[in-house]
Amino acid sequence: MTAIGRSRALSTGILPRVLRKPLGVVSGVVLLVIVLAVIAAPLIAPADPLAQSLRDVRQGPSAAHLLGTDSLGRDVLSRLLYGGQESLAGVVEAVLAMLVIAVPLGVVAGYLGGIVDRIVLRVVDVLLSIPGTIITLAVLAIFNNSMLVAMISVGVLASGAFIRVFRSVVLGVRQELYIGAARVSGVDEPRIVLRHVLPQLRGVLLVQITLFAAATLGIQTGLAFLAFGPPPPAPTWGGMVAEAASLIQIDPWLLVPTGGIIAVTTLALCLLGDAVRDANQERFTFAGSAARRSPAAARAVERPAAPEPSGRSAAGALLAVRGLRVGFGERGAETVVVDGVDLEVEPGEVVGLVGESGSGKTVTALSLLGLLGANGRIVDGSIRFDGQELVGLSNAKLREVRGAGIAMISQEPMVSLDPSFRVGSQIAEAASAHRRLGRRSARERVDELLRAVRLDPSVARKYPHEISGGMAQRVAIAIALAGEPRLLIADEPTTALDVTVQAEILDLLRGIQQRTGMAIVLVSHDWGVIADLCSRAVVMYAGQVVESAPVRATFAEPRHPYTLALLRSNPHDAVPGEPLPTIGGVVPSPAQWPVGCRFAARCAFATDACRQAPIPMVDVGDGRMSRCIRVDALREAVA
Amino acid sequence: MTEQPQEPLLSVTGLAVDYGTGRRRARVVEGVDLAIPPGRTLGLVGESGSGKSTIGKAVLGLVPIAAGSVVFEGRDVARLSGRERRALGARRQVVFQDPYSSLDPTKTIGYTLAEPCVNRPAGERMTRQQIADRMGSLLGRVGLGPDAAHRYPAQFSGGQRQRIAIARSLMLSPRLVVCDEPVSALDLSVQAEVLNLLAEVQRDLGLSLLFISHDLTVVRHISHEIVVLRGGRVVERGPAERVYEYPEDPYTQSLLASAPVPDPDEQQLRRDARRALAEQEG
Amino acid sequence: MIRLIVTRLVLSAVLVVIASLAIFVLMSFVPGDPARTILGANATPDLVARLREQLGLDQPLPVQYGEWLAGVLHGDLGQSVLSGDPVAQLIAVRLPVTLSLLLLSTLAISVIGTVVGLGSAVRGGPLGRLLDTVSLVGLALPSYWVAIVLVALFAVAIRVFPATGYQPFVDGPVPWFLSLVLPVAALSLGGITIVAKQMRDSALDVLGRDYIRVLRASGIRERSIVFKHVLRNAALPSLTVLGITVVGALTGAVFVENVFVLPGLGSLVTQATTSHDLPVVLGVGVVFTLVVIVVNLVVDVLYGVLNPKVRVR
Repeated sequence: MTAIGRSRALSTGILPRVLRKPLGVVSGVVLLVIVLAVIAAPLIAPADPLAQSLRDVRQGPSAAHLLGTDSLGRDVLSRLLYGGQESLAGVVEAVLAMLVIAVPLGVVAGYLGGIVDRIVLRVVDVLLSIPGTIITLAVLAIFNNSMLVAMISVGVLASGAFIRVFRSVVLGVRQELYIGAARVSGVDEPRIVLRHVLPQLRGVLLVQITLFAAATLGIQTGLAFLAFGPPPPAPTWGGMVAEAASLIQIDPWLLVPTGGIIAVTTLALCLLGDAVRDANQERFTFAGSAARRSPAAARAVERPAAPEPSGRSAAGALLAVRGLRVGFGERGAETVVVDGVDLEVEPGEVVGLVGESGSGKTVTALSLLGLLGANGRIVDGSIRFDGQELVGLSNAKLREVRGAGIAMISQEPMVSLDPSFRVGSQIAEAASAHRRLGRRSARERVDELLRAVRLDPSVARKYPHEISGGMAQRVAIAIALAGEPRLLIADEPTTALDVTVQAEILDLLRGIQQRTGMAIVLVSHDWGVIADLCSRAVVMYAGQVVESAPVRATFAEPRHPYTLALLRSNPHDAVPGEPLPTIGGVVPSPAQWPVGCRFAARCAFATDACRQAPIPMVDVGDGRMSRCIRVDALREAVA
Repeated sequence: MTEQPQEPLLSVTGLAVDYGTGRRRARVVEGVDLAIPPGRTLGLVGESGSGKSTIGKAVLGLVPIAAGSVVFEGRDVARLSGRERRALGARRQVVFQDPYSSLDPTKTIGYTLAEPCVNRPAGERMTRQQIADRMGSLLGRVGLGPDAAHRYPAQFSGGQRQRIAIARSLMLSPRLVVCDEPVSALDLSVQAEVLNLLAEVQRDLGLSLLFISHDLTVVRHISHEIVVLRGGRVVERGPAERVYEYPEDPYTQSLLASAPVPDPDEQQLRRDARRALAEQEG
Repeated sequence: MIRLIVTRLVLSAVLVVIASLAIFVLMSFVPGDPARTILGANATPDLVARLREQLGLDQPLPVQYGEWLAGVLHGDLGQSVLSGDPVAQLIAVRLPVTLSLLLLSTLAISVIGTVVGLGSAVRGGPLGRLLDTVSLVGLALPSYWVAIVLVALFAVAIRVFPATGYQPFVDGPVPWFLSLVLPVAALSLGGITIVAKQMRDSALDVLGRDYIRVLRASGIRERSIVFKHVLRNAALPSLTVLGITVVGALTGAVFVENVFVLPGLGSLVTQATTSHDLPVVLGVGVVFTLVVIVVNLVVDVLYGVLNPKVRVR
């Protein structure tokens, strides 16, 4: 069990990642060229920026004057090169002033919290309320047109917003558990800040610097445009735009190089900031996770064979899923995560879809309602609900099925309610999605539904954040019941809840199911929950169904080695103090699915035959199906 | 390690912890007593809001104590100087719940493992070679190859990260490890592996564990003694077997009856038992 | 809610005092004597001293500030050093221009920004990429440069709108509106792109939330999901950004007013700065501070209205 191989080593450096992005490289190079050219102006400028030549007034670009000349015949390129010195120096001054104030205050406020944090936040409030322009102009008036002082004051005044940004980053990092672990280990605070907090800040810092530099350049050139800063004839970028503006009727060309250099520099800074931000975001995410599949692996997951007969009659089924394949990613190059799933649900039946993470159980459930999101899609297969084919149905047609035919409740009750609307209005909205309801009858329907989930009707006036997780899940169930669905898909409905609340929700679901005769597909990783509610269990592993059987039989005599091993690793049946039986190895990711049995590598019963070819689902008697060719050996071992 | 066996390694008496300040101040733990003898595991069970994690943090010195005392190796932790408290890091360690937040994503596994070993007080200082050796042997012990030291957390699965977190907690040969819901974010098969690993290192190294979990079944499996919490107070305590098989407190009984078991028939019995309990309480 | 407003107002009063104090202290560093500036280099020392006394410049700084603050509370912002006119009067004449500019820009930024942002989040694809490109260009081009080009294009070449100058609202809303179209366009371009980008990001975030999936699963119409749930929830972060953008437009107004020769506070403060007329700079500073505070207050109140978690507290 070594680390998931295959991935190229992660480098923590932001720079190498930025350099891997075309836009990052281009904007970085452009910026570098501009900065170097401006610094080296005395060396490379073709002419003296102040040298007038009345014979060459207002010429367009030519070999002698690459960017033309201005109204006094001065070389525009040379003036831009020299003029940039003042502008870029101003940007650096403002950025430094901002950093000197914002970084320490942001870090201190975020890391220490408490009273320090509150004081710093007050200071920030003040800084954000002061009109920066006026102070900057006042500073210019007072300090005799000094651009240096003006730009420093720009940096100081802007620091408020950046203190907030840095503080929130540090605040987030401070709550990370590894900070607590380091503290427990006796690592002292300055070292924690230096080693664990500041590295997390670095990326955000770079992004903010580039964005602020872009904004500052606008202000600096703007001030020069308004004739602050060095007086003529000294060249400045802003001043040159002003000169061009006064000649707009005669020589519009001059606006292009003068505005252009500012725009290009700003653009380069913004794009570099974007590239740094992207690089920073992907830095800590696993480079080659489930995505990206080699062509060989793509072939390996070709559909094994035509869908096998299930051994159960599909004629009377409420829901019949055949050969369902779901992929994520670009069309034609999807990563298939659900691979040929068959599933039947009879009217009023409660089917448990059980498996560990990566088994594809949740994706299967979501695809039933066409709710895979922008990235995922059904690649192949059929979903028939009540005789109607759902795959390929238009969104409008699907909408008629959603809520009224099939409804859903999901894992995290608190985030499955819209925080901005009262509970009652959300239930009413669902209730009136499929039939017109007047105001009064909508309210009556809401009361009725709340009572059905054993909540007081007064809950209708509450907002989601005012109710507990258990109540929120009851509300979610009420919303699901609003359209009187014939099938409810419950995706880990109790995983986020405490056990006592979980028991109540399970009781509620059982009661509703018995009263209404609604069928339920219960997705869960918890065998106890499956045992509590379901009449049949469908076990999934690595994107496939591996076993399907009545729930008692599943627990009493598993017919697939994975089911058996998983059940055994549950501490409930173990002898305290003895090691728990484990499976060993890991669930293969979609890119690593083998040609043969996907569990073979971890299976105690596996033979060469298991690894040769795709294993079909086989009828193993008593209405049971198993994707195993070693059922006989398994049966002997269990007996 | 040759103190009298009776002397508990950790004893908590009358512990109270407050959260928030001013008007929003609220007591989340009140009057909790705990004792863990060397080499034993104490299971701390409760639902959300029971204060179980807060007790763990108080034992680790991560939250201030409002009342009571935490005595570790015979010394009151609250009265230690900063230097002494830092030195304590060597003998008292932690494994957290969330395997994704408990390792710094910007640092290699090697850095994370070595960090507790640098800047130790004189006398405990380890050479570079000693640190590397220990790292190698611990990585092997938790079932990872030595090359893991050069990788970043993002390259490991949840179960592997939890193994790394366990390896980190063992770097300084601690005597007590606080495990705060160490398996609740893991899949069943991975949970079994991590539980086995914890039990194994405890037995081999003579560790004491404070094992915090919401799952009575898991706690029963790994603990010698169980303490059940509700609303920041202890409602029941006793040997693991006794508390699990014959719970006395009604809350423990309902907690146990509420946890679904992987057996449809037994689950049916539990459901009936829970209904009876509920009717009893009215 | 009312408590929130009251707290905000009290805090705002404190802020005005702090902000004005900051400007006042800066003023004290001013090299040169305003009295001498007014009277010119040839004035006799006696004359200068008398003017100093008249202007209160012979008092210690704290007293000067106290008097100035007391004056402010009575609506007296002092006198222009240059023209001798009361600052309050100078501002009163020019305030409508700047406020018109700001209000119309706020309207343009919020409406166009929201429509474009929401549209590109829901439709995605080409519209999203177009927004990206346009927003980059909008950010990169300085607002005063855009203003110049707009003048050249529409007012001089195409002659649809008045090139420069301002028509008061009382003279008729149509000329007023037409005179502001180009300045508002120049001023809002950057803000629109920022708000649109924020709106798109937060709308995409909301679209990925569980509750949107639940709404879809219960068969709610897509139109209702987008215009009710997505808009409402995405509006919150966008509102904060809108506030920042409007405050930023105050700075932009200074530049734009100069290019379009609008007789607003921006051009007033620029002239005052060039001629070292500090009472005017200070007065405009107070007005701008008030505008910032009002904007922040409105944002806070709207935030409270939109976010039930704030409202309840």
